[in-house]
Amino acid sequence: MSNQGPKTLFDKIWSEHLVGQREDGTNLLYIDRHLVHEVTSPQAFEGLKLSNRPVHRPEATIAVADHNVPTINRQNIEDPQSKIQVETLAKNTKEHGIQYFDLMDQRQGIVHIIGPEQGITQPGMTIVCGDSHTSTHGAFGALAFGIGTSEVEHVLATQTIVQNPAKNMRISVNGKLPFGVNSKDLILYIIGKIGTAGGTGHVIEYAGSSIMGLSMEGRMTICNMSIEAGARAGLISPDQTTFNYIKGRPYAPGTEHWDQAVEYWSSLPSDNDANYDHEIVIDSSEIDPMVTWGTSPEDVVSVKGTVPNPSSAKTENKKKSIERSLEYMGLKPGTKITDIKLDKIFIGSCTNGRIEDLRKVASIVKDKKIASHVQAMIVPGSGLVKKQAEEEGIDIILKDAGFEWREAGCSMCLGMNPDQLKPGERCASTSNRNFEGRQGRGGRTHLMSPELAAASAITGNISDIRDFTQNG
Amino acid sequence: MDKFHSLKGIAAPLPIVNIDTDMIIPKQFLKTIKRTGLGVSLFYEMRYDNDGNLIKDFVLNTSPFDQSKILVAGDNFGCGSSREHAPWSLKDFGIRSVISTSFADIFYNNCFQNGILPIVVSPENLDQLMTAAKNQIEFTIDLPEQIIKAGNHSINFEIEEFRKERLLQGLDDIGITLGYQDKINAYEEDKKNKKPWLFKKN
Repeated sequence: MSNQGPKTLFDKIWSEHLVGQREDGTNLLYIDRHLVHEVTSPQAFEGLKLSNRPVHRPEATIAVADHNVPTINRQNIEDPQSKIQVETLAKNTKEHGIQYFDLMDQRQGIVHIIGPEQGITQPGMTIVCGDSHTSTHGAFGALAFGIGTSEVEHVLATQTIVQNPAKNMRISVNGKLPFGVNSKDLILYIIGKIGTAGGTGHVIEYAGSSIMGLSMEGRMTICNMSIEAGARAGLISPDQTTFNYIKGRPYAPGTEHWDQAVEYWSSLPSDNDANYDHEIVIDSSEIDPMVTWGTSPEDVVSVKGTVPNPSSAKTENKKKSIERSLEYMGLKPGTKITDIKLDKIFIGSCTNGRIEDLRKVASIVKDKKIASHVQAMIVPGSGLVKKQAEEEGIDIILKDAGFEWREAGCSMCLGMNPDQLKPGERCASTSNRNFEGRQGRGGRTHLMSPELAAASAITGNISDIRDFTQNG
Repeated sequence: MDKFHSLKGIAAPLPIVNIDTDMIIPKQFLKTIKRTGLGVSLFYEMRYDNDGNLIKDFVLNTSPFDQSKILVAGDNFGCGSSREHAPWSLKDFGIRSVISTSFADIFYNNCFQNGILPIVVSPENLDQLMTAAKNQIEFTIDLPEQIIKAGNHSINFEIEEFRKERLLQGLDDIGITLGYQDKINAYEEDKKNKKPWLFKKN
């Protein structure tokens, strides 16, 4: 990457944050904001203590507990280990003067929901968090990526990270999205196309009219799952939609700096003739509502499709992998996706736990009942999303339809709290990973959009929102 | 950090692609506030049945692979979450090197923070090493020379120089960066003027 000539959005953020080069040839990149949660931080704080190092810039860090938190009773965390982890975060943040949203704070929620919601996430920033879905914040044109706990400690101690530049990939999606197709379908389609290692070593910039036509929330869903494509981060150019979203939020630039910030942000989009190491162009008319059938996010098919046959695999490895997935998922090749019967519905997570997601679900299930054999739960992404939904009466619609209305947190996306699948249970989930055991040992996850999950809750089978809307 | 120089021993074959961090160390073990003690839970769901009994035919439960220091695994090892618990559990079990055709970025990086050497080889070489591992042939991994030897195979591998040095010397990364404190402070002073909204107190 040269300093001269046209630059990508990634190149611009990278060079703006370069503190310098260490003697070993590695780059030190400055980190503007550090988000911290209870699971990946205790060992980092312990490391600081053992080496007697202070936090370099406590005000650049914001902490919240989200992974372990119960979604029913907030007063008491029953699991003693979860409780210790949450208490440890409270203690560590207090000790180092770091802002912490506790469980009783309405601003509490999934770390990747509250960053944007509070206006902490802004274009051109570097943002890290000990969580792979930090890529979510790329929707604002911020370079945001997940790091390990040792790196969390490094950022706390130095406000920098040791990194070498990523390669640039651009995925352009053009055209008007077909009816029933939204951001979740787009990103699942992309992951299916490039594979879970397709983005390894790259930062993916999403571009094109379909992407730029999305709301900020839709863009967050796209960037969120960049990690499922193996990418280090996802990015979308900031534009007026971005600025409108940020303006007036608690941590957004105030009026005294607003114009200056917008001027800077407006300089960030990639130059027209910038170079990419890899380019993919997709016509949105080729995309259907998408559903995963297997145990990797790349195991994805149109809701109108069927479960694949291992014998059609191109390589021996792929064949074995499909066989293993099908055995785990309890599915037979050739089964129509819409013939798959469900036990649970999970709506929430940093992928799809925002207010627009909840509104979509409410509009689909209004005046209907969920199928008698399914259990359906909705976990808002933050306390403020929950409050907003309740002000709009969404909670009433959902509860009337038979959904459980929970408190904010990561919940059954990864089942660190009591919200888990039992062995063999099959779930339509708006989350991001369908790995073996992800939602509970032996649990079977089908990833899909909130629209599809809502329709599926009503019919009890995986359902195509397009049929549902016409017939329902 | 622990140093890594060379390693000798048999390697456990795990011919599965896309081994994700949930498989390496499931969520229920992320509740610890320590870095140690996770080895017993490594690959938990493949190693233990629903009642917590050892699944006898899983490779790491069979002798001599239960003593392996090396893992040979399918493509895209370590995809998924950023949990450093994945390399912590590998290391606590005794694994100091993982060989695959590719690794997920965050996992790859996390390994080096913990004295584990992830090695990328070609698909052809992986097949050879997988077979050698199954046949319990002794592996030798020599980091200074960047060579894996197993039976008749002698395979060179690439590694970035700074990562190699860090492993060889067991360097403290934070300590190195703190040597650049002046540069970091100067960077912040410059940006306070140019991008003041980033430094406003809430």
